[in-house]
Amino acid sequence: MRNTTATQPLFDFSAPGRRATEFPAAAVPTKSLADLIPAGALAKEPPPLPELAEADIVRHFVNLSTLNMCVDTHFYPLGSCTMKYNPKRHERLSRLPGIVDLHPHATEDDSQGMLAILYEMQQMLAEIAGLPAVSLQPAAGAQGEFTALLTAAAYFRDRGEKRTKVLFPSSAHGTNPASAALAGFDCVQLPPTNTGFVDLKQLQAELDESTAVFMVTNPNTLGLFEKEIATISKMLHDVGGLVYIDGANMNAIVGVTRPGDFGGDMMHYNVHKTFTGPHGAGGPGSGPIAVRDFLGDYLPGPVIQKTETPSGVRYSLVTPKKSIGRVRSFSGNVGILLRGAFYLRTLGAAGVREMTEQAILNANYMKARLQDVLPVPQGELCMHEFVASAKKLKDEAGVTAMDIAKRLLDYGFHAPTVYFPLVVPEALMIEPTETESKQTLDAFIDAVKEIVVEDPDMLHEAPHTTSVRRPDEVGAARNPVFCNTACGPT
Amino acid sequence: MSYILNTPDQQAEMLAAIGVSSIDEIIQRQIPQDVLVEGLLDLPPALGEMELETHIKQLAALNRSDRVCLMGGGAYDHFIPAVVDEITSRGEFYTAYTPYQPEASQGSLQAFFEFQSLICRLTGMDVSNASLYEGGTAVSEAVFMAMRCTNRHKRVVILGSVNPEYRQVLQTYTKTLGTEVVVIPAKNGVVDPAEVTTALNDQTACLVIQQPNFLGCIEQAEELCTAARAVGALAVVSFDPISLGILTRPGDYGADIAVAEGQSLGTPLQYGGPYLGLLACRNEFVRKMPGRLIVQGKDRDDKLCYMLGLQTREQHIRRDKATSNICTNQGLLALRATVYLSSLGPQGLKEAAELSCRMAHYLADQLQTVPRVTLAFDKPFFKEFVIRCNQGVDKFLATARDLGFNIGPELSRFHDSELLQDGVLVAVTEKRTKAELDALVSGLKAKLK
Ligand SMILES: Cc1ncc(COP(=O)(O)O)c(C=O)c1O
Repeated sequence: MRNTTATQPLFDFSAPGRRATEFPAAAVPTKSLADLIPAGALAKEPPPLPELAEADIVRHFVNLSTLNMCVDTHFYPLGSCTMKYNPKRHERLSRLPGIVDLHPHATEDDSQGMLAILYEMQQMLAEIAGLPAVSLQPAAGAQGEFTALLTAAAYFRDRGEKRTKVLFPSSAHGTNPASAALAGFDCVQLPPTNTGFVDLKQLQAELDESTAVFMVTNPNTLGLFEKEIATISKMLHDVGGLVYIDGANMNAIVGVTRPGDFGGDMMHYNVHKTFTGPHGAGGPGSGPIAVRDFLGDYLPGPVIQKTETPSGVRYSLVTPKKSIGRVRSFSGNVGILLRGAFYLRTLGAAGVREMTEQAILNANYMKARLQDVLPVPQGELCMHEFVASAKKLKDEAGVTAMDIAKRLLDYGFHAPTVYFPLVVPEALMIEPTETESKQTLDAFIDAVKEIVVEDPDMLHEAPHTTSVRRPDEVGAARNPVFCNTACGPT
Repeated sequence: MSYILNTPDQQAEMLAAIGVSSIDEIIQRQIPQDVLVEGLLDLPPALGEMELETHIKQLAALNRSDRVCLMGGGAYDHFIPAVVDEITSRGEFYTAYTPYQPEASQGSLQAFFEFQSLICRLTGMDVSNASLYEGGTAVSEAVFMAMRCTNRHKRVVILGSVNPEYRQVLQTYTKTLGTEVVVIPAKNGVVDPAEVTTALNDQTACLVIQQPNFLGCIEQAEELCTAARAVGALAVVSFDPISLGILTRPGDYGADIAVAEGQSLGTPLQYGGPYLGLLACRNEFVRKMPGRLIVQGKDRDDKLCYMLGLQTREQHIRRDKATSNICTNQGLLALRATVYLSSLGPQGLKEAAELSCRMAHYLADQLQTVPRVTLAFDKPFFKEFVIRCNQGVDKFLATARDLGFNIGPELSRFHDSELLQDGVLVAVTEKRTKAELDALVSGLKAKLK
């Protein structure tokens, strides 16, 4: 049933003269282009794009879409990514006139409705974080990290303190060290621990007056809540440093505990994870940050301010007093922020707590039922996700985490995150989210239980039913092809 | 609203399987009591779908995007064919994650490979990545990339005619690194290549130009790129994708790295984001590139397939040595651009560019017949231009709004010494008709006598 003709390279459908979009001729009396544009800047012909018919375009991309697994079609327990259901009402609302067509340079007068929604989002994120000052600007979690680190740097600079070090546990996501380096800090990674928790002695050994920030994901990337977080925070504050909470795992704690209450000074959200902005096959995301009040003056501009006047409420865009400046154009990935705001407005306070609790329940249920075949080295219980290890299976039968992941595709499940965090050998990081039923979880658990006793040779060859089999990455890296062979600077 | 599927009975079964009495027990055994939230957070009350829709429609109605759009300054009201919305609203695309499992993501991977291919053809560059956040950060990423390529980290030269927000982002991004950012001011709408040549030296990592520039004018891009390369600096060009329907491509006039705000390629205005950062470069620099890259290859049955490539540049492998911290990118907007460029093709892009250009020139001519309105510069421009109004910018813009037109932004908004404080940007796309433009001009003439 698969239409392999339609999924041939797009360029193969090109034929001279084919059109899908046509515009009218200019009905205005101006000179010819040659008189308007200097000769050196005028192209002799338009770029060599393919010439396609709309019917071919549609059939091509619709057929391509069927080669994807996605939340709408499959259980997608990709750890750390929070692949929850994306409500359809958010899509309709974010496409309303007045929203989808509002120009970012529209005057404040002309964008009061938009600013009202974004202001409310700012306030909701502050409340959930327990941190009062919010910037909606960052485009994704990684940019949130970077922005917060620059905010911290500006704060220290203002106080005349020279702090050069950013610390993080070895289980940290790759963006943490990458963002710290980009912000000009020296990166110090703590050694791995057996428990998966931060080792206070190790941390203490690295703390001194050059310490700027400790970045920690909480719950951590093993799905475990750092019990000593308040102590960790005090240790940092004692040397004058700050605690950054990577909020990728907020789905485990929204409404249950707050970064500001357990000692975090700054954090980012991944609205595309926790608050169900869809992931869009890799983006867009939105990574707003929340910080303590004494850091609020350094946030990037603009932030949204609400003023009550005798004539009514007024929203405006303002740049904080000692702002680090802009981190992007305009005012953030608004489309994703809106979807997050719609979600929070439909859940309310009780709804977000239920969301968190059910995410925790689903994860613990899966963990309890899977750990006899896939041991979970760290944690008796877990928060919203857990990291199982296929090490025993690998030692005994040669079956790797990757084999299991690939075989799950044959069973109609998206694979968990594999080989992250690096501290667990043969890691399979499983995050079911709250929007899955027990039936689905049971079916996945049954599939894993069948897979672990399947023929190892067959598993090494998995997947068997997908549109393509395992790619030859080594071969592709040898002579990498980055674009359709006929392209290039012709 | 609730998105929970499990019934109380099922939840009880699950708790029994875990061996706990309640969800609270799971929480309390892991999170210290003293940091738990007591009761509920202070959030607005929950709304049902219907109530939310009513509420949001009321707020949306306060946004005055119903007027004819003549606004620019980095985001443009170009036409978006229906096919773009239809394809990108397929759940198979928008509810998928980053294609980390290639066998389950060939749809996204092939589409992004096609995106890269189309961007190469559009720009005349060798390699495009699979997207960055937006046009402003794309400039900063290109500058960092140029520093890595040249191993010069101390000095960057950027034209004052580059989008002020992009320059502000670059200031923010480089502040803690101590890189000197030299700004060459524009005079009468463009920058003098001779002045740029003087500013460039063998410590300069790159020269950043924008074509057409923020004021809409056409720079001497080729001369500028040549000057940069003469001192071993990289030529970084921020381009307007639509303009390439009629203007020469960055790859044809010597750009080493071409970046852009790709919003015009099929992404709606939506108050500034999500948009699409484009970055393409010459082959020799590909290993220094930021962001995700898709490559074509073979699977183990020798079948054509697509996968993530050169991942050792990226944060999940290289951590603090990565070429960028970007992880989540702008995939869905890259897909929009892919479908958009497929739909327009060479002829459609040319028509859109030519129509925008001619409509803009028509309006520029007509506006000069309005009392005390003048064109700020006498330089060639593409689809956007700066006007000055002796009666005061505010009065002019308010009058236009009364007539049903949004114009702007006014340059004073950017608090930028490089910009004319009494100037206003006017941008015209292929969507505008002669009738609309004539109505504006005759209305202005009547009211601004
Ligand atoms: C723990 C953690 N931190 C940070 C990030 C980076 O977030 P983003 O992809 O939104 O930039 C991720 C997401 O992949 C993550 O899982």
